[in-house]
Amino acid sequence: MATLVQRDKACAVNPLKMSQPIGAALAFMGLRGAMPLLHGAQGCTSFGLVLFVRHFKEAIPLQTTAMSEVATVLGGPSNLEQAILTIRNRAKPEIIGICSTGVTETSGEDVEGSLRAIRQAHPELVGFPLVFVATPDFKDSLQTGWGKAVHRMVEALVPQGPAPVAMSAEPRINVLPGCHLTPGDIEELRTILEDFGFQPLFLPDLGGSLDGHIPDDFTPTTIGGIGVEDIARMGNAVLTLAVGEQMRPAAQALESRTGVPFDLFPGMCGLEPNDRLMTVLSRVSGRPVPLKYRRQRGQLVDAMLDAHFHIGGRRLAIGAEPDLLYDVGTMLQGMGVSIEAAVTTGPSPALDALPASEVVVGDLWDLEQMAAERGCDLLITHSHGRQAASRLGIPFFRLGLPMFDRLGAGHLVTVGYRGTRDLIFAIANLLIADHEENHQPTPDSWRRRDDEEPRHEDRFCDPGSAAGGCAFRMGEEHRHL
Amino acid sequence: MTGLSQTIQTVFNEPGCAKNQGKSDSERRKGCTKQLQPGGAAGGCAFDGAKIALQPLTDVAHLVHGPIACEGNSWDNRGSRSSGRDLWRTGFTTDMTETDVVFGGEKRLFRAIRDIIDAHDPAAVFVYQTCVPAMIGDDIGAVCKAARAKFGRPVIPVNAPGFVGSKNLGNKLAGEALLDHVIGTEEPDHTTPYDINIIGEYNLSGELWQIKPLLDELGIRILASISGDGRYHDVACSHRAKAAMMVCSKAMINVARKMEERYAIPFFEGSFYGIGDSSDSLREIARLLIARGAPAGLMERTEAVIAREETRARADIARYRSRLQGKRALLITGGVKSWSVVAALQEAGMDLVGTSVKKSTDGDKARIKDLLGGDAHMIDDMTPREMYRMLKEARADIMLSGGRSQFVALKAAMPWLDINQERHHAYMGYRGMVTLVHEIDRTLRNPVWEQVRRPAPWSGPGESWQDRALSVSGASPPGPGIPRPGLVQAAE
Repeated sequence: MATLVQRDKACAVNPLKMSQPIGAALAFMGLRGAMPLLHGAQGCTSFGLVLFVRHFKEAIPLQTTAMSEVATVLGGPSNLEQAILTIRNRAKPEIIGICSTGVTETSGEDVEGSLRAIRQAHPELVGFPLVFVATPDFKDSLQTGWGKAVHRMVEALVPQGPAPVAMSAEPRINVLPGCHLTPGDIEELRTILEDFGFQPLFLPDLGGSLDGHIPDDFTPTTIGGIGVEDIARMGNAVLTLAVGEQMRPAAQALESRTGVPFDLFPGMCGLEPNDRLMTVLSRVSGRPVPLKYRRQRGQLVDAMLDAHFHIGGRRLAIGAEPDLLYDVGTMLQGMGVSIEAAVTTGPSPALDALPASEVVVGDLWDLEQMAAERGCDLLITHSHGRQAASRLGIPFFRLGLPMFDRLGAGHLVTVGYRGTRDLIFAIANLLIADHEENHQPTPDSWRRRDDEEPRHEDRFCDPGSAAGGCAFRMGEEHRHL
Repeated sequence: MTGLSQTIQTVFNEPGCAKNQGKSDSERRKGCTKQLQPGGAAGGCAFDGAKIALQPLTDVAHLVHGPIACEGNSWDNRGSRSSGRDLWRTGFTTDMTETDVVFGGEKRLFRAIRDIIDAHDPAAVFVYQTCVPAMIGDDIGAVCKAARAKFGRPVIPVNAPGFVGSKNLGNKLAGEALLDHVIGTEEPDHTTPYDINIIGEYNLSGELWQIKPLLDELGIRILASISGDGRYHDVACSHRAKAAMMVCSKAMINVARKMEERYAIPFFEGSFYGIGDSSDSLREIARLLIARGAPAGLMERTEAVIAREETRARADIARYRSRLQGKRALLITGGVKSWSVVAALQEAGMDLVGTSVKKSTDGDKARIKDLLGGDAHMIDDMTPREMYRMLKEARADIMLSGGRSQFVALKAAMPWLDINQERHHAYMGYRGMVTLVHEIDRTLRNPVWEQVRRPAPWSGPGESWQDRALSVSGASPPGPGIPRPGLVQAAE
């Protein structure tokens, strides 16, 4: 539905986008005993490290090949070799995930070739998982880096061929979550799947590594997540659930390697996708939907009814990577929000179905300008939207990575009936508070001035996007609460 | 690249740097940065350092020429504060694409400068070079020159691509950019005998404003702050100052020294962390100004302000003394703070069980020696595991450090306070030290520690995660570079 608009701009102002290698590194952080390694200058790593530390409020494993100017000219293999050996020696990881950067992609290094040579020179590396993913900074974004890394993990760590038919009492199910799912989302999905009697395997599993638990030891690597041996057994599952279009290549690769069919959910926020999830899980497990979820569905429906008064008719400005934009944008549109300004980081099939007239590939400056021009009264993006929000003077809901100026980023849940319910409440409460603080009626609220331009609020809402209660509004933004 | 390598050599040869003085010629050629170890390195790059040093200039558009990583992953993450525009916080980047990498990014950079000047009206545009455009040969110097000629606005190249070295080198390269292109290019409306420059202070959490009222009271004018809450024009005029204070010794020594050389502006290295240091710094400012012609009465007024502020601060801190007496602190930070905070903690009755000297100069180390009596408490480098063990064995009651090592303390369920750039409180000057002591007290007295150390009802004795962690960490050999005897002494 939405048209993708690519603007010809020389300068990105207040970037929405983050770079590919750190998306790939984040994916490796969902593996147990992992050390992600950025093959680039040390700044490439330190910026990513600080970003994730501030978001998750956790220690973050991330190393660098520390390419200097000289090393870049002479070629990087020796730095890569040194880095691998040093990490093996010091951190004793179970896997090293290597991500290229703008620096090493510009010099055109053949990393796969280097890795073969390094393995030959060091027989002790036989069988040790070194997974490489090409992620130049000057292409794509964090989300694609994540998707590419998971795709590479499947290719490198899941054996080709049909898995032995060893159906245990608990059937296995694979989940390939997109990078827009938080550790809290992973936990929620894990609970749901276990309630249907499945033994779920998440690739990657940030719920096990970056959920904030207290580790038993000071391993410099990840402190949880899916083990390499579990990834090798993903062929044993009855089904793979992929969440987000970004995971399609990985899901296809897993299916073609193992024969395990996949079902792709573009999003898992909202009533409809969760109804579909329940249907799929019930069918595959052969069990009825547990009572718990029947109750939760009722709670979500009730929440939607209670919240639509406040959410309906809102003019949304949203900036997010494609899958998160689609997921939350679609849910809110279903609550009567109209997506007036949408900015994303690049093309994606997910955007085709977004209920908005256009999506701009751009930055938070674009979003701010559009939000001002189009009279938006709700801003949703990551923490970097805070400057725009204060200038626009509209309510701001933080969503996505990074979320550095609020706590609990890792535990914000948007999946499932319960996650959707809580998200709806959080957004509605923000709007209620904003209304009470900033939009109380005054004796002049409805007084017309002669020179007055028609306000956005005065226009009839688009019947296609408006829920009940948004027929005609006058003067200062006034809502019946 | 030759221009840049020359600049780097100049910086490495910096005569004002104590570390450089002690080196042989061949050592000096290798540069002041330790060879980074692939797979074992930590810390930012030269670009990071350059940006940190200059970004607090508030009315400047800071444009990063490179792929999205350099700015997209890092923008708006500094705790500086502005009393004016917030342009400095706006993230500008050319967000180079594959096409730019193939065909060169100079045209895009030029257009970006034009767009910024059109839309944001900056006092100047600072253009930061990064690795990828440096590799493909984009000449930001030439682009900046052309843009300046075309748009009649200062466009300053900051040539510090990340891969040339460490954050510290980047600080200095940023200083070189100011010396080459900014300082001395404009003239102030008027000057006074009380004009000073403050160099290497970034106004984190607004802490420059903890000092400014005192300077205002004394009639001392900050002609230019480089760079906290600074303005482009003020920096351009800074060559007219009568004296300068250099706050962060390692970051911008080249700026202070070259300004002394070129414009005969005397400087001293001082700190506003700690009561005694604040007083010393105020005295030194007054002394230098008087030497340059300010009325001698300035010293008397300065002493009066110092006496008043010290009395007030000591009285405020004394109220915490009984509660903090004998509490042991572990200080993991860099440079000036490795000693300047020590005095304040001692003032509050606390003991220092160790302070890191990884980023400290010989001068810094000498001061630590003076304060702590010997070098037993200096820690050159400490692994997270060792920090944890020290906290867990209760050889320290609280750790003061930067955000990177906070989880070591928090996962050990031990009190921790942020004293680096992401902190929420301002700790400068007399009032700032009282705040620091208050925050330490607030942290130590929080009943939360008792709760979070309580074992889960289902875990038996010795089974808590902390006990297990300790037994594991105890099994590992101690790492190199730790002054163990000193620490053990401190523990006993």
